[in-house]
Amino acid sequence: MSDNPNNWPLWEVFIQSKRGLDHKHVGSLHAADAEMAIENARDVYTRRQEGNSIWVVKAEHIHASRPEDAESFYDPADDKVYRHPTFYTMPEGAKYI
Amino acid sequence: MSMTDVKNLEELFQAKIDAELKIEPKDWMPDAYRRTLVRQISQHAHSEVVGMLPEGNWITRAPSLKRKAILLAKVQDEAGHGLYLYSAVETMGTSREQTIDDLLSGKAKYSSIFNYPTLTWADIGAIGWLVDGAAIMNQVMLCRTSYGPYARAMVRICKEESFHQRQGYEIMAVLAKGSPAQKEMAQDALNRWWWPSLMMFGPTDANSPHSAQSMKWKIKRQSNDELRQTFIDRTVQQAEVIGLTIPDPDLKWNAETKHYDWGTIDWTEFNNVVAGNGPCNKERLAARNKAHNNGAWVREAAVAYAAKKAKRKQAA
Ligand SMILES: [Fe+2]
Ligand SMILES: [Fe+2]
Repeated sequence: MSDNPNNWPLWEVFIQSKRGLDHKHVGSLHAADAEMAIENARDVYTRRQEGNSIWVVKAEHIHASRPEDAESFYDPADDKVYRHPTFYTMPEGAKYI
Repeated sequence: MSMTDVKNLEELFQAKIDAELKIEPKDWMPDAYRRTLVRQISQHAHSEVVGMLPEGNWITRAPSLKRKAILLAKVQDEAGHGLYLYSAVETMGTSREQTIDDLLSGKAKYSSIFNYPTLTWADIGAIGWLVDGAAIMNQVMLCRTSYGPYARAMVRICKEESFHQRQGYEIMAVLAKGSPAQKEMAQDALNRWWWPSLMMFGPTDANSPHSAQSMKWKIKRQSNDELRQTFIDRTVQQAEVIGLTIPDPDLKWNAETKHYDWGTIDWTEFNNVVAGNGPCNKERLAARNKAHNNGAWVREAAVAYAAKKAKRKQAA
């Protein structure tokens, strides 16, 4: 990263494509502040009615898990098949369950 | 890191690629993979941006309000494509400022096709039909490239591209059906843009030393010659439909290979344009530099305004 104070910070953009759905990450852009980031996001990421709500988050505020730890980090979920409904045997003939 | 560690990491990396798993920004990757992608994606981004110049030339002179609105929308899309790709480069740890500076200083390359001039309105048709058409071939392949952010940018771009090619072909079709002078204008544009469009696919496979590695890393998934041949096969048929002639006397259907045989590309011309001696290289770079420098005060003012607003908010 350069120290040029005139460089605009990087923002990550999230768009909700329809009411009721999650906001989904669509990309990023540079803007001087949040308001400009939202306007730019509208111009680049919703030119074809891709969304009706925009979130922008400064990229520096996003913290991510480490891919190199993935194996141990997620392994507590590996041996818990009983968390899934398919684990259970339902008595023959039972309905709506 | 020891040599064995690196070797193991490289094997793991290649195993992921072989298993069709995408590589994401925080994953370990060989330096050469990163370098190749930074170069390729930034060249691609620069091409989208510089590509706005030859078309921008005709926005004020489009023959109708409808065509003007369409051309504006297309050029605006290309600006967006540049942004998606610059963002993808940035995920590899290269700053935006660095990437743009490399374009402005002439260090970075962009597609040579944009160093040709747009002399008539029919050139806007030829660009959409042939240049966007050739770009789409490459971009459809890149939707499955191994680097996640690049692949995602490509999916977004491909969705927007198909209107670009169709509007260009439609311009050509309308001119080809018009007065003799209009038809001649369309044919002349095809004559001038055909060979440079074929050059867009890059050197022949035999002269493409880095291709094998890019294929192994699944950055590329089809060779230059394969893509070029598919493009020719499709485009010849489209030219026939609108009654225009592809400017290649050697073009002939080959019933055995089920492809068109065709002539040879003038690689001296290609190398010459890549080396900076095309008809518009200097003009394009000068236009980018001028726009960048003239916009400096806007970038500075926006930063100052954002700081002032933040201060006011704090005080309130
Ligand atoms: Fe594009
Ligand atoms: Fe395009």
